[in-house]
Amino acid sequence: MKIDSVEKLRARAASAREAAGRVPVKILISMGTCGLAAGAQPVRQALRDEIAARNLGNSLEVVEVGCMGLCHCEPSLIAWNSATGAATIYGDVSPQQIPAILETAPGEIAAGTRTLERTWYYPEFEEKPDDPRVLQSRIVLRNTGRLNPESLDSYLAADGYAALARALTQMTPAEVIDEIVRSGLRGRGGGGFPTGRKWQFAAAQPAGEKFMICNADEGDPGAFMDRAVLEGDPHAVLEAMAIGGYATGASNGVIYIRAEYPLAVKRLEIAIRQAEEAGLLGKNIFGSGFDFSIEIKYGAGAFVCGEETALIHSIEGCRGEPTFKPPFPAVQGLWKRPTVVNNVETYACVAAILRKGADWFRSIGTPGSPGTKVFALAGKVARVGLVEVPMGTKLRDMIFELGGGIKNGRRFKAVQTGGPSGGCITEASLDVPIDYESLKALGSMMGSGGMIVMDEDDCMINIARFFLEFTLDESCGKCTPCRIGNRRLYEMLCEICDGRGTMDTLERLKRLSAVIKDTALCGLGQTSPNPVLSTLKNFEDEYLAHIRDNRCPAGVCPNLIHYEITERCVGCGICARQCPVGCIAGERKMIHQIDQARCVKCGVCYQVCKFHAVEKC
Amino acid sequence: MINLTVNDRPVSVPEGSTILEAARKLEIRIPTLCHFKLDCFHVEHRSGSCRICVVEVEGRPNLAPACCTPVAEGMKVHTNTLRAINARRTILDLLLSDHPKDCLVCPKNLHCRLQSLAQEMGLHHILYKGEQSTYNKDLSSRAIARDLDKCIMCRRCETACNTIQTVGVLSGVNRGFDAVVAPAEFKPLAETQCVFCGQCVQACPVGALSEISYKYDVWRALDDPSRTVVVQTAPAVRVAIGEEFGLPPGSISTGKLVAALKLLGFDKVFDTDFAADLTIMEETTELIERIRSGRNLPILTSCCPGWVKFLEHQFPELIYMPSSAKSPQQMFGAIAKTWYADRIGVKPEKMTVVSIMPCLSKKYEASRDEFTRDGVPDVDIVLSTRELADMIREAGIDFAALEEAPYDAPLGESTGAAVIFGASGGVLEAALRTAADWLTGTSLESVDFEAVRGLEGIKEAVVKIGDLELKAAVCSGLGNARKLLEKIKRGEAQYHAIEIMACPGGCLNGGGQPYHRGDSSVLERRMEALYRADRELPRRKSHENPDIQLLYREFLQEPGSHIAHELLHTHYFKRKRW
Repeated sequence: MKIDSVEKLRARAASAREAAGRVPVKILISMGTCGLAAGAQPVRQALRDEIAARNLGNSLEVVEVGCMGLCHCEPSLIAWNSATGAATIYGDVSPQQIPAILETAPGEIAAGTRTLERTWYYPEFEEKPDDPRVLQSRIVLRNTGRLNPESLDSYLAADGYAALARALTQMTPAEVIDEIVRSGLRGRGGGGFPTGRKWQFAAAQPAGEKFMICNADEGDPGAFMDRAVLEGDPHAVLEAMAIGGYATGASNGVIYIRAEYPLAVKRLEIAIRQAEEAGLLGKNIFGSGFDFSIEIKYGAGAFVCGEETALIHSIEGCRGEPTFKPPFPAVQGLWKRPTVVNNVETYACVAAILRKGADWFRSIGTPGSPGTKVFALAGKVARVGLVEVPMGTKLRDMIFELGGGIKNGRRFKAVQTGGPSGGCITEASLDVPIDYESLKALGSMMGSGGMIVMDEDDCMINIARFFLEFTLDESCGKCTPCRIGNRRLYEMLCEICDGRGTMDTLERLKRLSAVIKDTALCGLGQTSPNPVLSTLKNFEDEYLAHIRDNRCPAGVCPNLIHYEITERCVGCGICARQCPVGCIAGERKMIHQIDQARCVKCGVCYQVCKFHAVEKC
Repeated sequence: MINLTVNDRPVSVPEGSTILEAARKLEIRIPTLCHFKLDCFHVEHRSGSCRICVVEVEGRPNLAPACCTPVAEGMKVHTNTLRAINARRTILDLLLSDHPKDCLVCPKNLHCRLQSLAQEMGLHHILYKGEQSTYNKDLSSRAIARDLDKCIMCRRCETACNTIQTVGVLSGVNRGFDAVVAPAEFKPLAETQCVFCGQCVQACPVGALSEISYKYDVWRALDDPSRTVVVQTAPAVRVAIGEEFGLPPGSISTGKLVAALKLLGFDKVFDTDFAADLTIMEETTELIERIRSGRNLPILTSCCPGWVKFLEHQFPELIYMPSSAKSPQQMFGAIAKTWYADRIGVKPEKMTVVSIMPCLSKKYEASRDEFTRDGVPDVDIVLSTRELADMIREAGIDFAALEEAPYDAPLGESTGAAVIFGASGGVLEAALRTAADWLTGTSLESVDFEAVRGLEGIKEAVVKIGDLELKAAVCSGLGNARKLLEKIKRGEAQYHAIEIMACPGGCLNGGGQPYHRGDSSVLERRMEALYRADRELPRRKSHENPDIQLLYREFLQEPGSHIAHELLHTHYFKRKRW
């Protein structure tokens, strides 16, 4: 049935809610890429089998949802009574635990399971308890992990398409833009450009063919928030694109998504088809006379295509490389027509803003950066996962509260925000409330929200080299500073890690980094030396230790460490047997010795020794 | 107008101008490398990729590339702050760090913009040494050599190949440090749809693209007493070669050119212009036939091998359209090795025909299989204008001081109609001069068809000849040719005759000409010189060339005869579009 009026939308949403309420007890199972990879499928099967065996089909409903953000304990599921609000979150679920879970009421804890406190999870439409541990606030991820992404009714029941209906039937395009401008929403892809202003520029262009593009070419190492949204709440993006299309006068939408996200692509395709069938996309939406259609274009795996001009060239079938701005895409973009390019996460905020108003959005976050931000916590943090917090949250809270601190009780050393273009932030800055400006001031950036935590076992020069290596691979090679300059930076970092660095290397590293920042063509190149500059600033001693003392304090750089066998050795001989180059010798029950000249520093002896007799120096 | 200051000096420039243009107005030089502009063809390549032209703009966090940053009201630009200079030097350092330092043996030695930048900026030491890219050289074609080790990714060649010519062979491949410009899948050029126009070679600021040189084949032939070595010189060579020896652009160096060739030891110095007159005889005959029969119109000229190959690849369905007449170079070779060889009693296989051409595609044309008779090629060796200049220098000849010398007979006689072959529109004008006389049976006084002259990409004219309103078009640059042919295919335009030259402006701007370095005025001077040479010649219609008349009397009988067809006409092949 076509939903061609606001009344029909309301009626359909009401019936969807009514249908959902009929079976209040629900098992939400996380079936995003991460959940599936961790084994959600057998768990789902066990649920199915057990429900059938116990004939529970009428008393509880299993809902396959997107990523809940609990990467550290997938497969995960929530037992939830939607009538009472009682819920239990289970992590590391195995099929064997399913009977116990089914026997336990939501809110209670099943025996033999791992559960999580609910502090991590409060969507925008639920009352948050007054508990300082509840740090998250979910706007972008409001539906992700809550509703079935392959069901339009599920989205409609959660006020889906109400914002589009409001925009098309009660607001002028200028009013929509004004609402977004007043909300202070800024681009979540990394740049932080005010979204409303971008829309204004495109709207100000003469009428004619215009485009709304959704940038889903998420590529930062360790960042997966866009994937989570697309897999978990695809309609939210479609709705927002249509709103943007109405506001700017565009009737064509393009989602540029990396081909490596097959599940997201599949769910988007389903959502687009559902929306078209329901008349929520296509001609004359809500009888307003506004037309909007969306097509999907695949990225071929180039990080630089996340840059908007490169993305546009890629859609056009050209080499994916950036061009100089101006002209800005809002003036001359796809097929030389006015084009707005917004990130997935940015779009995911739009419908909520229109439903609840700019003032509500501004009440969250900081004055300069209203709203929330999704971060992908990764690296040496205990609870890896996706979190969404108000702007202005402290890094310390994110890493130590939400992330549960450092894995294996090691010491925190630094956190890299902003992906390969960002910088590392040290202990001293963990209490800075983070937003676009404060991160920049710390020599890093917001980026798309990757957050990689490092501990004392990480060599910061090696980390800088790792990020730079990523940039080297992903540079398009168009401009000289990025193409050749970054290569030279990388070579200099290799020199230092290999123990060939001199004080002159360090000086040239600094000077070249500054020039690359100052002269590269696009954001990728301009920010590529950030990992070098920020480690130089925060960990200069580590550089000096490598250069002056020929020492890698974290014990990572193979050329700067060696292994020694101490008197703790009992002469068991396991190291000698495991050594791949056979450079360990010694009589049985006597202290063994390593031939340093032949040692390749693979570290096998260090790992296999049961008596901690091998030391890394 | 936008007001700004550059180095604290006020300047007003039109909206949309770049910082580079504003600075030039003040005669402040900002070094550039990837930027390339040819005003006469409305072509500008501003990829902003090399970053050599970065300048400081007050209030901006980053340095701005002057070549593509538009000016803004009140902008304050500083071109020579320490920050800008340091950045520029670093960029140059980086470029040199990944560039072979074999300038002494580079084909672009002294013509290289990277070399001159290093010299201008006084860079004597490379700070950021590191790994250098290495690729195999592509010497697969007869015309263009690619040495990717030297590619600096300025992408000028891409603009020449893709935007101007729409041939689409060259594009960026690979990424990061490995990014380089090459045909798709790194195919050798000979296996692509490259037409060897050489506009990429003209555009390339370094030694990554150059001609395949045959100078030493010529030296060897000249040194071989058993061979008779004759040479032909194309029309556009005489108005450009002087630039190589310090003569001002637009100098007509015909006599000095002939003198130099004689000093180099060629047995006979002849003129491609003679064969151009011959081409007009054959092509005009075909034109009149097609007009009278009303079939296969329009007739397209076939003098330009780049254009012919472009047609074969891109418009295989139209290969019935071009005139079947061979190009002047090939007609010359065919006549030299038959009629002339016979006259002087030399066997064709003992004769070497050398061409001096403004063109690189002519090297390829001479190697086409259909241009051989009994295994003997009509033309043996093709040299570009630049290569000949090298030989003259190598021989220690003071070109500028040479006494003028005349061409040898009988293949050295020509008319004004032939010399204008070197400019876009010239072939058509020459054909019109003859067609008008032949169709009306009179001798027209006025021979200047101004409407088809000039460097514009597409020119159209309607010429009244007797009762006939002859509709003609002239096109130079393959991008323009594509536009025109697509119009014809769609049936939106009807013509009787169309002249097409691959290079914008015609042969005067050929890929083998002295490097114009983006200076439009050089091309304009060359064009003026060609029309001046036309005016100064006593005979200006091809059919009035007495030696052409002699050739037909003694050998070819009449235009379009059986023997003329055997020697002077050819056919075309459908080729793959990709």
